[in-house]
Amino acid sequence: MTVGLAIVSHSVRIAEGVVELAAQMAPSVAIVAAGGTDDGGLGTSFDRVQAAIAEADSGDGVVVLCDLGSAVLTAQTALDFAEAPERIRIADAPLVEGAVAAAVAAEGGAGLEQVVAAAESGLQGAARPEPTAGEGAVVEPEDGAAVLELELENEHGLHARPAALLVRAASGFEAEVTVNGVDASSLLRVLALGLDRGATARFEATGPQADEAIAAIRELAESGFGEG
Amino acid sequence: MGPVTLDGAWTRRWVEAVAAEVSRRKAELTALDRAIGDADHGENLDRGFQAVLGKLDALDDGATPAAVLRLVATTLISTVGGAAGPLYGTAFLKASMAAGDRDELDAPALVEVLTAARDGIVARGKAESGDKTMVDAWTPAVEAASAAGDDVRAALAAAAAAAAEGAVATEPLVAHKGRASYLGERAVGHRDPGAESTALILAAAAETT
Repeated sequence: MTVGLAIVSHSVRIAEGVVELAAQMAPSVAIVAAGGTDDGGLGTSFDRVQAAIAEADSGDGVVVLCDLGSAVLTAQTALDFAEAPERIRIADAPLVEGAVAAAVAAEGGAGLEQVVAAAESGLQGAARPEPTAGEGAVVEPEDGAAVLELELENEHGLHARPAALLVRAASGFEAEVTVNGVDASSLLRVLALGLDRGATARFEATGPQADEAIAAIRELAESGFGEG
Repeated sequence: MGPVTLDGAWTRRWVEAVAAEVSRRKAELTALDRAIGDADHGENLDRGFQAVLGKLDALDDGATPAAVLRLVATTLISTVGGAAGPLYGTAFLKASMAAGDRDELDAPALVEVLTAARDGIVARGKAESGDKTMVDAWTPAVEAASAAGDDVRAALAAAAAAAAEGAVATEPLVAHKGRASYLGERAVGHRDPGAESTALILAAAAETT
């Protein structure tokens, strides 16, 4: 089982849309929508939030992502009434980006705290690339790093589902993997690179399973990142 | 007005009076919320207190003030679809816990109950005085009640008057919490709907015999 997610929004359609988007990248994670009031209007429902948390919890815990003000207050109130509050975390993260990042982390088997951290890494905003050492800086590979450089041939480059597949592959080994200098296990970092079709991606891995990680990424690339 | 005993039956009459007043003034509360929020405060509170009315009958005749307050809390939490649900729900829940197993509240107990309600709202909403929220009505009300001495009716009257003044005093403020905080200077000149509903709730208490 994995950590589950509860998506709390004022809007039924926003909550369901976020669930749909996040589930695309995390098919085995329980992601449950709690949008709108009891009669489906704009607002938040304590009962819906409580039910969503219960449904998302398989025993490994639940991360709750919220939109505006009262969604957070309602989630906190649900926490006060929860039987196992220690298994529930409310992430301080933007709803959409946080949910996607959390879902991918949960899919990769991350624990409760790691899933929260993944969601909250979205606070910097997916549109802002990670700062680099300088314009055009070339990062020298560390000694013993396994390196793979290739041109992205799949239709969507490293966006959406291909990026999620890369993150899952990069997270599955005892290795530190980077792509163009950023942490390849962070979906938001990978997306922020904005690598389209035709762009050059340079993967570097260090650690005991560096070679295995690079081999898995090579295999993924040869399959067209799931788009081939 | 003569002396009043704040027992379970009084608490029930007060809650019924609040429900009636919220119903009568829901359009006014929603209009305040339309100016600086999401235009649902009156309807949301009315839905909540009407649901409370539907459940009051199920309480025992001998229900304590705490039992009535707890019923209000759990009902508001699950029926009010905006921030007011968790905020007032927490307030009534903390008030219920402060009332404990007392059969009636004397003036010091009333101050304890009001203080617990205010502290619950502050803990839940993280708002401070001057943020243009219901805290700006609650805190003056708590202070006025505790300064009013040993007469519960005087304490309730003082709390109600202070809450009303506190609500009016939110008008020139810029909001730092809630939906109105997105508006910046545009919130200036409008009364906070939560502070106004707090004044309503405490005014109903002062008028309940």
